[in-house]
Amino acid sequence: MRYGYYPGCSLSGLARPYDMSTKAIAEPLGIQLEEVEDWNCCGATEYFAVNKMAAYALVGRNLANAAQQKSFTDLVAPCSACYVNLRKTDHNMGKYPKLAQKVNKALEAGDLSYDPGTLQVRHLIDIIVNDIGYDAIREKVKEPLKGLRIAPYYGCLIVRPELGEPLDDPEYPMSLDLLMEALGAQVVDFPLKAHCCGGHMTQISSDTAYELIRRLLHNAAEYDADAIVTLCPICQLNLDAYQSNINRHFGTDFKIPILFFTQMIGLALGMPPKSLGIGKEFVSAAAMLRKIGTEPELEAAPTGKKQDDKSLPMPGKREG
Amino acid sequence: MNVTKSNHTFLMQVMDATLGGEALLTCLQCGSCGGSCPSGPDMEHTPRRIFAMIGAGMRDEVLKSNTPWYCVSCYYCTVRCPKEIPITDIMYTLKQMAIEAKLYDDRDAPDFSQSFIGFVENYGRSYEVGLATRFHLTHSPLKKFDYAPFALTMLTKDRLQLRPERIKGIGQLRAILNKAKTMEDM
Ligand code: SF4
Ligand code: SF4
Repeated sequence: MRYGYYPGCSLSGLARPYDMSTKAIAEPLGIQLEEVEDWNCCGATEYFAVNKMAAYALVGRNLANAAQQKSFTDLVAPCSACYVNLRKTDHNMGKYPKLAQKVNKALEAGDLSYDPGTLQVRHLIDIIVNDIGYDAIREKVKEPLKGLRIAPYYGCLIVRPELGEPLDDPEYPMSLDLLMEALGAQVVDFPLKAHCCGGHMTQISSDTAYELIRRLLHNAAEYDADAIVTLCPICQLNLDAYQSNINRHFGTDFKIPILFFTQMIGLALGMPPKSLGIGKEFVSAAAMLRKIGTEPELEAAPTGKKQDDKSLPMPGKREG
Repeated sequence: MNVTKSNHTFLMQVMDATLGGEALLTCLQCGSCGGSCPSGPDMEHTPRRIFAMIGAGMRDEVLKSNTPWYCVSCYYCTVRCPKEIPITDIMYTLKQMAIEAKLYDDRDAPDFSQSFIGFVENYGRSYEVGLATRFHLTHSPLKKFDYAPFALTMLTKDRLQLRPERIKGIGQLRAILNKAKTMEDM
């Protein structure tokens, strides 16, 4: 099936492994992804806080561009924040005609328009479990994730808020659990599975965020999880990149790799870890890979800047 | 934009500036929102109390409080509220009003939002390195956490984008955003 693909900013930066693994599993699962032309940022959780009308218009441009492509009706976002912003804009434009009018008035300034309902905005997990389906996936599994104990982590934005047909239960979702089981993994009890990862609070007030992250890691560790599997770049970043800070802050010793569900699908389909972006995580997944009999291929350290690199200078390293 | 119309009561202003905001009139003060809020312990006032304060017209106290800035947009309150009050969206409204009235005490959160938006308006994309660098340099980086080793690890893991990407239609996007900014919020 053919889908519009809205990767969003994170997937070209911090969550590149999510983009790599999504593209890697698309073909074997029979998914064709057509990227939205010249898409712009969805505004994350920031733009709506500063100017709502501009935020709706920002998202509106993406919907208008995607609708113009006409080769798909379903628009897929792998990032939960992008998903909620795209879906919320389409949904609210349909529900409040006055909003639709205003958004279209703004879009007119760029010769665009969008008719709410033209596109169906969906999260990647939705098309995988509902369009492809657990059974079809189970049949494709070559290397079952036997013996792996997985804590499935949903976070907030794919299950809440309710915008039209709900994707899963807002407090106790199951789709990722069932998917991991279809891959042959053992799902551990993870009562905090739909709790918040702290979102942007890691940037603003680390104390608030660290406690939320600590609870999640603690819950997964208590049940001896080999990995936490996520479907959102922000959740992945917070739990992975800040894990060592959490350990320092609380005197804990968590070593739980945080992987994307698409990487787990890829492993079960027998793809090499490197092709799925595994190896780019802060907390190594090597022990988990060995458990399923896959020898991790370590990434070579980068050899320094490329000659033609016109990038901005990196922040200097502070001494002392 | 301009959310604030001075001839309206504060409660009406908040409702007008929030889609579905009228529901605020039906708040039962049951506290489900505050009880569900992961940031609750760090907020000066729980969401429930903020709504009582809005009803009581305590504009300055509400807009000065850290409550909306500690909201992480998790939507727990919103799905649990028995009256279907769009609480998360009200938090967005309060942030916008606080910025417009220059009434926030905690500067970090508004600065973060505005740095983020600066990149979006200049490039059409957000840009993690620039955002984090700009933010951490202006906000006593050592107090928060040491950003340099963090960025370095990201770099060796090939997870940092080294320069912001600019979309082709940046002119078009700015025209759209500028138009939108001339409109009343809802
Ligand atoms: S959950 Fe809803 S009704 Fe209850 S106090 Fe909060 S806003 Fe009011
Ligand atoms: S959306 Fe905001 S106010 Fe509501 S529970 Fe989550 S953090 Fe608290």
